[in-house]
Amino acid sequence: MKTLSTAATENVSALNRLSMNRGRSIWPRIRTYLLQNFLPPLVILCLLLGVWELLCSGTGATLPPPSQVISETWELILDPFYDNGGNDVGMGWQILASLERVAVGYSFAVIVGVALGVLVGQSTWAMRGLDPVFQVLRTVPPLAWLPISLAGFQDSNPSAIFVIFITAIWPIIINTSVGIRNIPEDYRNVARVLRLNGLEYFYKIMLPAAAPYIFSGLRIGVGLSWLAIVAAEMLIGGVGIGFFIWDAWNASLISDIILALVYVGLVGFFLDRLVAMLGNIVTRGTSAS
Amino acid sequence: MSSHYLSIENVEKTFEKGSVRSHVLSNINLHIDQGEYISIIGHSGCGKSTVLNIVAGLIEQSSGVVILDRKEVNAPGPDRALVFQNHSLLPWLTVYENVALAVNKVAGRSKTSAERHEWVLYNLELVNMLHALHKRPSEISGGMKQRVGIARALAMQPKVLLLDEPFGALDALTRAHLQDEVMRIHSNLKNTVMMITHDVDEAVLLSDRIVMMTNGPSASIGEILSIDLPRPRDRIALADRPRYNHYRQEVLRFLYEKQRKLEHISPKHPPSQARSAQSLPGGGSGSLPFASSADAPALQKASGAS
Repeated sequence: MKTLSTAATENVSALNRLSMNRGRSIWPRIRTYLLQNFLPPLVILCLLLGVWELLCSGTGATLPPPSQVISETWELILDPFYDNGGNDVGMGWQILASLERVAVGYSFAVIVGVALGVLVGQSTWAMRGLDPVFQVLRTVPPLAWLPISLAGFQDSNPSAIFVIFITAIWPIIINTSVGIRNIPEDYRNVARVLRLNGLEYFYKIMLPAAAPYIFSGLRIGVGLSWLAIVAAEMLIGGVGIGFFIWDAWNASLISDIILALVYVGLVGFFLDRLVAMLGNIVTRGTSAS
Repeated sequence: MSSHYLSIENVEKTFEKGSVRSHVLSNINLHIDQGEYISIIGHSGCGKSTVLNIVAGLIEQSSGVVILDRKEVNAPGPDRALVFQNHSLLPWLTVYENVALAVNKVAGRSKTSAERHEWVLYNLELVNMLHALHKRPSEISGGMKQRVGIARALAMQPKVLLLDEPFGALDALTRAHLQDEVMRIHSNLKNTVMMITHDVDEAVLLSDRIVMMTNGPSASIGEILSIDLPRPRDRIALADRPRYNHYRQEVLRFLYEKQRKLEHISPKHPPSQARSAQSLPGGGSGSLPFASSADAPALQKASGAS
């Protein structure tokens, strides 16, 4: 026993030494991290910009080179939050307007999608009845829903939100139901032995057990809704990054379009990362067992 | 009805899947006293886990009755806590939280939160797991997970502790270590324990009685062997004891010869229960729907007489 405990203290002190070393060597580690994760994409980006500059610099080029894009959109880049009334607002407002629509539509999709997914995952009869319907409806392209929702809502903003909702909901439903169906029998048995009631089972077993699946559905869903909003806004008009692009095309402002595409890409990337990060926080430990 | 703590009376189980009926258990009768340690041993597929699950209430028997402490068992409950072979701890909860989930649910009204906290720690201390309170199951070894599973089951203060091959997935050394701990806990707390195993040494070492099951289909109890070895038992000292080796041999003989010739053993060792195997031609091959109503009363009578 005594030797064991001395061995343990030795281990502890060794650990301390290790973590102290780690503390001292934090800067080189950050440097390697940056080197490994940021240098390669930076190099590729510069190369691509260089090629683009070369290709579009000649006479007769239909698209502007990056240098021209930046000089033409410099005002837009510098002041993303100006407001001249109507559609003439800064890029920041345009993006925020789109994000707001996505937030509303996506939130509905999350609530309804998880609820339906739980239903389909729990009940064999619900699955038999609903699954074929879902499988058909989910193949309908997002924009195909727009005319029917315009007819239904008689207004453009709710229609755009509905398109987001209907686009994002399918992967959420399907992933949730798969997650629920894959809850190991043992967890159910634990719940039965403990006599957890329906609500306790839902919060303490079902949601955490299915969380990794649910979050992969949420992540696909947020990506799809960002894809759909740009297309939907092109058709419905008003403030929003989608209509901004369409407006710029009508005014032949190709540089504005390119700038908007960069913004759309970056925002989509951050949305994806945001949901992935939330998923990692919520499902810590669940997937690794 | 009977003075025993846990009684399994004339339990039968038939699984039906579409038109295929398989008769898994036939005429299981078993009486267990309070504080007794019972092992059920048999070849895989003989339905020993089904027996345990029926007692746990997770599977419903086709006929017959299970009575625990003068109450009929017909649903799962914390008075029959189960330790699963693969621990089945919830991976998103820490060691402490896994046990606390059970304690808060079972003793949520009868204990204050401070008492519940103490009770969680007490049970984790029983299995020597206080050092890993805030680790998740993925961060501890298989043996430790099984200890936490045992602590969770003990924390429910069950009337009977059901162990479903609890050490099956562990390496030999860890297994021996945990067996010793279970013996120690059993001698302290005097729990009633029902354990499924396929390990002959484990059964002889731990049990007061070993229930040996015949092969399926229509498995039933072949023999019950009382293990008359003084406690506390020490595995090293026992290894030289002729009686210990005799018991091992008994079980091995049952399992080994039973597998070959079903009808041979019954005259030599009169079983305590009526034998379904006798009425099965050719040693019970094929999945005949055997449980005809004509047979059942005769079997029950026979078991009642024994």
